[in-house]
Amino acid sequence: MDELFTTATIVGILSSAVRLATPYLYAAIGETLAQRSGVLNLGVDGIMLMGAFSAFYVVYNTENLLTGLLAAAGVGLLMGLLMAVASVTMKAEQGISGIGLYLFGLGLSSLLFRIMLGTVESVDGFPRLNIPLLSDIPLLGEIFFNHSILVYGAFLLVPLTAFLLNRTTWGLNIRAVGNNPQAADALGVNVQAIRYATVCAGGMLAGIGGAALSISALNIFQENLTNGLGFIAVALVYFGGWRPVGVLLGVLLFSFVNSLQLWLQVIGIDIPSDIAVMLPYILTIIVVSIPFRRGSEPAALTRPFSRGA
Amino acid sequence: MKRLLVRLMVLALLLPALIACGGTPATPPAAAPAAEEAPAEEAPAAEEAAPAASGEPFRVAVVMPSSTTDLAWSQAMYDALRAIQEEMGGEAAMEISFSESMFNVTDAAAALRDYATDGNNLVIAHGTQYGTSLFEVARDFPETSFAWGTAIDTGEAEGLTNIFAYNAKAAEGGYINGVIAALLSQDDVIGIIGPVEAGDAKDYIDGFENGVLATKPDASVQKTYTGSFGDTALAAEAANVQIEAGADVLTGSAQQVVGAIGVAQENNVLWLGTQSSQASLAPELVVATQLYDWSGVVGDMIGKIQSGELGGTAYELTLENGGLKIEFNTEYDLPAEVQTAAEEAIQAVQSGEIDPLAGS
Repeated sequence: MDELFTTATIVGILSSAVRLATPYLYAAIGETLAQRSGVLNLGVDGIMLMGAFSAFYVVYNTENLLTGLLAAAGVGLLMGLLMAVASVTMKAEQGISGIGLYLFGLGLSSLLFRIMLGTVESVDGFPRLNIPLLSDIPLLGEIFFNHSILVYGAFLLVPLTAFLLNRTTWGLNIRAVGNNPQAADALGVNVQAIRYATVCAGGMLAGIGGAALSISALNIFQENLTNGLGFIAVALVYFGGWRPVGVLLGVLLFSFVNSLQLWLQVIGIDIPSDIAVMLPYILTIIVVSIPFRRGSEPAALTRPFSRGA
Repeated sequence: MKRLLVRLMVLALLLPALIACGGTPATPPAAAPAAEEAPAEEAPAAEEAAPAASGEPFRVAVVMPSSTTDLAWSQAMYDALRAIQEEMGGEAAMEISFSESMFNVTDAAAALRDYATDGNNLVIAHGTQYGTSLFEVARDFPETSFAWGTAIDTGEAEGLTNIFAYNAKAAEGGYINGVIAALLSQDDVIGIIGPVEAGDAKDYIDGFENGVLATKPDASVQKTYTGSFGDTALAAEAANVQIEAGADVLTGSAQQVVGAIGVAQENNVLWLGTQSSQASLAPELVVATQLYDWSGVVGDMIGKIQSGELGGTAYELTLENGGLKIEFNTEYDLPAEVQTAAEEAIQAVQSGEIDPLAGS
């Protein structure tokens, strides 16, 4: 047990929590945007898979990481557009069309992988990038400033999104559309346009989240690479009370416990591995069931908007 | 109108998913007329593969939990079936149907029943988790032969005579990999990334640990289980953790390990593989892989089925019977003394002199 409390172990636990958090953050922050405007996108996992595949395929062929990242963002945006067409314009049941989008992404990414790659290959992904000065700070430097650029991007996203939602007219419009689309519409806000924008932006971020796996954390692509990660991201949005900072806390808690259990096993602390791997999920359930002040659900979440309805 | 459009869209969205997840017959239906000419053309092959005598190809269907390209568990079986097909004389002599990525056991059970209804000669449930379903289906189709693994239960106690079971003594190759790992490790810290503490994965890991400790009793073996077979991202992070905690040689089991191999490559840490050859992924770092070769087992089943024996045998892959092989990666420059030690260990396990699971 003493080994757990050494500096090296604590730094190790926190630094792997930061790495693990990255794909969840992209997906969950993107989902927060969509949900704040009233659209529940359950297809996040499918979008991530398509993003992961596109990024990997482009990097595999061109060895250009930036192009790969752009490909993932573009494909994610297109998938978001598809979701927006189904749920905003067509007013389809959001839960169902989201699951449809997930299956579409899962199936198509597997199919393309089969046709275009055929077997698991690896690429050289984003390298670790030590931020000058900051990475020299003892402990903190190692925990936070010794990662790939996509990790920094994910964490920067949180204050940016919080600022966008709480301090700008756009954010005001997004929140208005998600809470009371009729009133927003009466004040001249284009409800459909706002929802298209947030769902597409959410898709783009989910695509980048996929790329954070395939060309940064893992540097490989495999069928069903995300293994349901996108669904946990959706749950973390509820967990975080639809607020970027809350979502960040949820993501960090989940990743922290996950990395803690990996370290507990490595150090050889004698708990059965089955219990260890359950820890993050048990903790999430406990925290979700504790009644403390969370943000409230956007009132118009999952409700399609029709003028005059 | 709008509602119809929505439905059409959902259908269109679902289509590729169905194509990718559903059963993909490896043989196009067009092969049927060709089969009628088969007896004349395939005459030499008919001696070893009897069904060609009747003109009908032998039909094998397999349900597996991950994809045929997973570089691990499922690919090992798929490659074996392909090899047998080649040997028997191509698609005219043997047809393969498969359903992959069937991680949902209920779906797998439905697929097993479909394949049995469809008249396949041999239906393989490639996963311990499918056992209960397989026994139910096998009871309803006494004329069809079934196989499952890893398992040792052929259902004899329940009065079933049409089930083969197969098992891999993964601990054997695990032991050899452990010997190699111990000799190559400079800091004497070796990491293992496992899926769940069960089945052939646990066997492999126990054997590996014994191999390490038999070679270097003071070495430290760090074990992590991810709790999943397919959580590539967590397996990768487990590899990161292992490396940060000092491991300089890693191994792992199940299809998730490709993530860990990626991390090993980034950090220049050696890797020992199991199930399917993983050398292609990191040619400079994969030292050796324990290969599962199911072709002997499945070939023998086919022979038995053709002579009217539909089940009852429990097979085991071992180093001794050639079902397990240690493949040394030719692109990795293995020191001669390590190679010799590994080969001596292989012989000792083959002769029974070493029990890779002793004490665990």
